[in-house]
Amino acid sequence: MSDDRTNPETSRRDLLKVGAAAVAAGTLAPGITLIAPAQARNPADPASAKQRWGLLIDATKCVEGCTKCVTACNEEMGLPDHGRDATDPQYIRVVTVRDPETSHSKQLPVMCQHCENPPCVDVCPTTASFKRADGIVLVDRHRCIGCRYCMMACPYKARSFAHEVATEQKPHNPRGKGCVESCTLCAHRVDAGRDPACVETCPTGAMLFGDLNDPNSAISRKVKDVSTATIRGDLGTKPGVRYIGL
Amino acid sequence: MAAHSKSRIVYRALDAKSSGYWGLIAAFGLMALIGGGAAYTMEHAGHWITGMNNHVVWGTPHVFAVFLIVAASGALNVASVSSVFGKDMYKPLARLSGLLALALLAGGLAALLLDLGRPDRLLVTMTNINPTSIFSWNVILYSGFFAIVAGYLWTMMDRRGSGYYMPAALGAFVWRLILTTGTGSIFGFLVAREAYDAAIMAPLFIAMSLAFGQAVFMLVVLAAYTWADRPLGDVVLTRLQRLTGIMVAATAYFLAVQHITGIYAAEHRAYEAWLLAGGSVYTSIFWLLGVGIGIVVPLVLLLHPQMGGNRVAIVGASIAVQIGGLAHIYVIIIGGQAFPLVLFPGMEVSSARFDGVVAPYAPTLPEVLLGIGGVGVALLLLTIAVGALRFLPESLADEVVDPDHVPAAKDAAPKDGADASHEAVPAPAE
Amino acid sequence: MPATSTSGTPGNRGLRVLLAALAVTVLALVAGAGTGFAADVPFPMVPKAAAGTQCVEDPGFMRTNHMKLLTHQRDDTVRKGIRTTQHSLQGCIDCHAVNDAAGKAVSHQSSEHFCVACHEYAAVQPDCFQCHTSLPSGQSGGQAAR
Repeated sequence: MSDDRTNPETSRRDLLKVGAAAVAAGTLAPGITLIAPAQARNPADPASAKQRWGLLIDATKCVEGCTKCVTACNEEMGLPDHGRDATDPQYIRVVTVRDPETSHSKQLPVMCQHCENPPCVDVCPTTASFKRADGIVLVDRHRCIGCRYCMMACPYKARSFAHEVATEQKPHNPRGKGCVESCTLCAHRVDAGRDPACVETCPTGAMLFGDLNDPNSAISRKVKDVSTATIRGDLGTKPGVRYIGL
Repeated sequence: MAAHSKSRIVYRALDAKSSGYWGLIAAFGLMALIGGGAAYTMEHAGHWITGMNNHVVWGTPHVFAVFLIVAASGALNVASVSSVFGKDMYKPLARLSGLLALALLAGGLAALLLDLGRPDRLLVTMTNINPTSIFSWNVILYSGFFAIVAGYLWTMMDRRGSGYYMPAALGAFVWRLILTTGTGSIFGFLVAREAYDAAIMAPLFIAMSLAFGQAVFMLVVLAAYTWADRPLGDVVLTRLQRLTGIMVAATAYFLAVQHITGIYAAEHRAYEAWLLAGGSVYTSIFWLLGVGIGIVVPLVLLLHPQMGGNRVAIVGASIAVQIGGLAHIYVIIIGGQAFPLVLFPGMEVSSARFDGVVAPYAPTLPEVLLGIGGVGVALLLLTIAVGALRFLPESLADEVVDPDHVPAAKDAAPKDGADASHEAVPAPAE
Repeated sequence: MPATSTSGTPGNRGLRVLLAALAVTVLALVAGAGTGFAADVPFPMVPKAAAGTQCVEDPGFMRTNHMKLLTHQRDDTVRKGIRTTQHSLQGCIDCHAVNDAAGKAVSHQSSEHFCVACHEYAAVQPDCFQCHTSLPSGQSGGQAAR
């Protein structure tokens, strides 16, 4: 090695090699990060307000009669089916909307809208209903006393109450009797750099997940290009879930 | 008049050795126990055994609980009127008024808190407070109510406390108004629901509290004095009767304003049409029980000139107000939730989860028993207290309550003629 | 009060008998404990963790502090999204899983479960498993996300 260092020809060649590599890396790297999927956050880091997770759902691509997102969510989150429609939990449901004036009918999935001004967080007496720094609205079931006031306050009927003893919970979705629960935007997947289960399952690609705060993300670029709306936007809750064709 | 009327009132605990008294304790105790059993069953199996679900999340226990809590605030009115508003005639009843307020609140909270999904975590409401949540505020207001009214009672019952009487009275009065406003705001603050989202719910609840609370109060006074065989004159009873009638009228006023405004506003019209004319069970409950029995009947029985002092009328009106009160709270809480949440205004919506349709709800036995259990707790506490301590005046005969009272011209002797100390009637006062 | 006789008033007599009975009971218990009665006192059979693994903390520390770790870590994870594996509850369960004769992990319904074995002895009921699965990842309702 010492011989090479004393030889000016070799050291200049090394410098050129290193320099070329550095320039190549510097040119290509931004492009690679653009194409790469959402990066998993370092587990030791807390969620950051630099991100605001959101969904973009294209109702025009939602197929009539399809409920694959609902099935995927129930499976992912370990939600039971007791055959009791009124009390069984649901994090996501498919709603059919028909305009009585024109007879036009469409359907779209509705889940927790992960609002910027969540009414459920305002009314919770124990701060169990809270908004994580990255915009995901969650129920801290260590603190929830099961008063159901958040369920009264939610304009989207997004929340469910666990009406019976829970068994066979998934490790990533602890749930139990007496607490309120709702869509977590698959926070456990998001933190690991993956898409929510419903988004991953949708056969027509009607659902898109991403960081609304990142102007280069696919979702941000799409909502800038295409007209989107939120459900009950007049209420001022500022949902993180936007719809095309609402 | 203030000085000598106060010194002549003798308070005596109810005879706690009579079989009637122990019968009441047993009956109310049994009600409370059954309510506790219902709560245990609901907590053990989970709420699926009740009629409450993901769409109507608050049911019959909450109806009873809110009724009791609202009545508790109003029951304090007699004490407030006697102190803050200086009507000495009501002073003998001030102690019972404070006690009834505490008992009703305790019963209401018992029903409410035992229905929580996780009642074992109640303390979390004290350790984690959310300043934007009216529920959190209510935790402070309800706990504070116990403390303030207990202190108020102390200033009335213990000579050492009499110096603090007026500040305590004023504090209790103000606190009670804030508390009832807070209870009404539980619903008034909910923007998403068509039935709520109205600032008028706060004053509506205040009017309801005065009507319900005084109705319960009159019933308790009549029951206690009749069963304990103590003299009860007509003067204070008639005044209470009229006052309660006015409160029922005030409730009717606020209800009318709320619903007429709702009909006027296109945004709320669908809900009003469904409730007032939709033909559902809620329509019947509102008109027959809420308005008919709860407002029209009491107005006649309480305010009609010929009903003054008629004890049957008073008992009937009290019961009618309470039935009507429960009906109104039922319509507000359950009707307000049953009406479908509007996600897409103007659209017809359907889903596998009751979107676009009136949500199903029917009261079930555990819920009703829990609600009744709350009533039992309230009455049990009341009965124990009046038998143990000096809450009830020995006599509420007219001369005792109002020494300047002139009996009706044709009567030579006082109406009840019991052991009232008879003073020579002075020249007509005022 | 009149001067007491040797046997005392009826109320006093009852109280003295009660106190005497209490004293005898306590003495008997203490004596019994001292004479090797302690040998019959059950001791928790704490199951061993997975072979070849090292706990994230020293056992003595864990015995005293695992509850504090849990109550602190859960806020970090739920409210802040910090998901380090060192103090992850599922991590503990995965390592401390106890298998029954058939080789399947036992749940908290069984007295052989790691947490239950000690908690049953200590008569302290944790409510973790009302919500959390007590089975290791892969044998519970499904795979852990990571």
